[in-house]
Amino acid sequence: MKPEDIAALLNEPACAHNKESKSGCAKPAPGATQGGCCFDGARNALLPIADVAHIVHGPIGCAGSSWDNRGTRSSGPDIFRTGMTTDLTDMDVIMGHGEKRLYQSIKQAVETYKPAAVFVYNTCVPALQGDDIEAVAKRAQQKFGVAVIPVDCAGFYGNKNLGNRVAGDAATRYIIGTREPEAPAYEIPGVTRHDVNLVGEWNVGGEFWNVSPLFDELGLRVLCSFSGDSRFAEVQTMHRAQANMVVCSKAMLAVARKLEQDYQIPWFEGSFYGMRDTSEAFRNFARLLNDPDLTERVEKLIAREEARVEAALAPLRDKLRGKRVLIFTGGYKSWSVVSAMQDLGMIVVATGTEKSTEEDKARIRELMGDDARMISDNDQLALIDVFHDTKAEILIAGDRYIYPTLKSRIPFLDIDHVRRIGYAGYDGLIELARNLDHAAHSPVWAQVRSEPAWATAGARPRPRAVA
Amino acid sequence: MAEILTPTKALSVNPLKASQPIGASLAFLGIAECMPLEHGARGCTSFNKLYFMRHFNEPIALQTTAMDQTTTVLGADDNVVEALATICAKNAPKVIGLVTTGLSEMQGADVPRTVQEFRKKHPEFAHVAVVPVSASDTLGCLETGFAAAVEAIVRAMVPHRPTSRKHPRQVNVLASSALSPGDLEELRAWIEAFGLTPILLPDLGGSLDGHLIEQGFSTLTYGGVSREEIEGMADSAATLVIGRSMARAADALQAQTGTPDFRFDQLIGLPACDAFTQILSDISGRPVPEIFGRKRAQLTDAMVDCQFQFGGAKVGIAADSDLLAALVDFFHGMGAHVVAAVASARAARLAELPIEDVVVGDLEDFEILTRAREADLIVTNSHGAEVARRTGAVLLRAGFPIYDSYGAHADPWIGYGGTRRLIFAAANLLASHYQELRPYVSKYKQAAQTC
Repeated sequence: MKPEDIAALLNEPACAHNKESKSGCAKPAPGATQGGCCFDGARNALLPIADVAHIVHGPIGCAGSSWDNRGTRSSGPDIFRTGMTTDLTDMDVIMGHGEKRLYQSIKQAVETYKPAAVFVYNTCVPALQGDDIEAVAKRAQQKFGVAVIPVDCAGFYGNKNLGNRVAGDAATRYIIGTREPEAPAYEIPGVTRHDVNLVGEWNVGGEFWNVSPLFDELGLRVLCSFSGDSRFAEVQTMHRAQANMVVCSKAMLAVARKLEQDYQIPWFEGSFYGMRDTSEAFRNFARLLNDPDLTERVEKLIAREEARVEAALAPLRDKLRGKRVLIFTGGYKSWSVVSAMQDLGMIVVATGTEKSTEEDKARIRELMGDDARMISDNDQLALIDVFHDTKAEILIAGDRYIYPTLKSRIPFLDIDHVRRIGYAGYDGLIELARNLDHAAHSPVWAQVRSEPAWATAGARPRPRAVA
Repeated sequence: MAEILTPTKALSVNPLKASQPIGASLAFLGIAECMPLEHGARGCTSFNKLYFMRHFNEPIALQTTAMDQTTTVLGADDNVVEALATICAKNAPKVIGLVTTGLSEMQGADVPRTVQEFRKKHPEFAHVAVVPVSASDTLGCLETGFAAAVEAIVRAMVPHRPTSRKHPRQVNVLASSALSPGDLEELRAWIEAFGLTPILLPDLGGSLDGHLIEQGFSTLTYGGVSREEIEGMADSAATLVIGRSMARAADALQAQTGTPDFRFDQLIGLPACDAFTQILSDISGRPVPEIFGRKRAQLTDAMVDCQFQFGGAKVGIAADSDLLAALVDFFHGMGAHVVAAVASARAARLAELPIEDVVVGDLEDFEILTRAREADLIVTNSHGAEVARRTGAVLLRAGFPIYDSYGAHADPWIGYGGTRRLIFAAANLLASHYQELRPYVSKYKQAAQTC
């Protein structure tokens, strides 16, 4: 990828960072950086497309340690969970066999797995070599009659966030708009159906299945949930939606913006974490779709679901109320999780803003007040210090922070993409509350913080052997 | 405080309980050059032998007085004398454990008198110790039979020397049947790390750990605590007692030897490990070796790593009381809920457990409870495999018998390292049982043909 293409991707007009003097995202500091690369971000964003063969073009370092490492779930095909890489060797590099090997790899994947499409992810070594994956993809597509999508996302291009953008760019450039939606197989009598998209919803631990039935109930057809539990054919039809919801705000803004620009699809940013946000998401759809009947049905549904959740949460709320929680996640979760915690009556003492936009931060201030403590540093030691400074009782963060936290004998809840537990939607909040209760109140903490007498004192005098 | 529930049903279905004679015989299997002899019909012994063979994957030294119709009615004392003489002549053991059964107890056999008769009749076998144990299978369970045998061995074989000069580095260990051979090996190493020499009564770790010997097959036990060591228990500086079921045996030993004892309900879990390590340091007068700091740190790390799996998990446990109580404490300490606890027989400690109720019953009761209370993980013997299959829970094998898994008897769960191993085993099972959200396919879903 050319530097100017990278710059163009980084220049996201809908991103509030770019309205300030410094443009784009912060540069990484060698020796003090956590977090993934461009390839990581691109593959993460596209991998949930379940019926696609995802081929990582590179040496084993890229795919070998990372294939099938996500909690995203499919209700149907599972080709996406089959790890595929060209596993480039010294010889491939020296002899320049990379492209040939990639072409043969695509052939093999198509013949063996019969995927709906093949995605080819470029990585550092072939990028440096100069492999033209776009040309290989084009030739393979003609030859094998299956869509082959090149995703140029070498790690050295930039960070994970850039990778997300590259993925979105590949989707809008090569996939979206290449097919018309099917006629719906189902209609609710007397209800006007609306077609919508979700952008940046990953169905981690199958959590979107907590929410999906409610869309059905409201007569909202999700043309495509990009990309959790999606199919290639669904992504192709995204241009026909009447409204988009951007779920993971920062990474996928460009997709929504492009769909707005090219197809005039309105969009909003939202989240399914917590009760308030879930309800708000449905209200926003009704607003954008401008359908009074839908608005009425949405309000009814919200009233019903919130009452149900309230009842289920009552006993948990008693245990969690007033607990001090420190949240350290990036991006949209920095505010969406805040709201979920507040729904539970917990006190959010601080929240991380490592990957958050200015808009994310504005939302945080809205939720936590103007003096909200925000932590932008991703230093794990500093994070533990903040935990103690703020007298927090539990830390909620991504999986990278789990072991530093546990080592510090601090209760922890994993909110990242590798978890198997679904926290989205109304039922997700109940599950979240349950897991928070378990983590915060585990009897293990008192035990592991205890010191045995023998560790501090020397040996005590020996007891006398008497009858 | 737990309420003790005793189902009032006539039929025991899928029994959890194994008999007292089997427990008593097990204790003798931990003595070197020993032959347990069950005074009853041949079937008792045949079943019991097979039971142990399948559990340990070992040949099992076990004999029977083979009471038949005539001797059952007219008196089987001669059978006992004959059996003792035959075993002495054929197998040349140093110790014979003479274990009664329901049949001989009911018949009213006066075993001590019969042993005297044997002594009179066979002075040539005077060097062989014979230890009678009353172990009717109409009472108790494996654990109580085991404890009764240990008590009988103490009374019969440990000399009365309450004021003898004590060996400062020698300690006695009375460990209940809840400890496996693997546990006992771990326990021995734990004690030895403090420069102490333990005498384990019995030492199942020495006999039933599973090891090949040069002579190949032996009709007697393959190791265990020797008769001389048992006699030497009178001169130990301290006695370590593991498991509440050992209380009476410990009382007897203390009365006979004057040796102070230190009693522990169990050695699973961090608090118990800390307390036991402290006592070893106290007895030996030595600081705790550094390796224990390391092992403790490994255990606490495993605890924090795995607590996610235990938090809120619903666990059912069915076992004899010492093991049941130890595991209830363990799972409770890890943040799990013990929703079903079934003991094979009554024991005082059951009422103290920090759960709502304990059922004294069988695996049918266990199955009904674990199903109704939706246990994720069940902990019991190999018969639990069918319970697990029917209820959908996952099974952690513990107790007796374990016949469908190799090496279960060799796995230590006590101590810092053993507790850590138990944590990993249970956490893996809980993880494998985790139910992810059920897929929902939208009614509007496009591309249905690829679903």
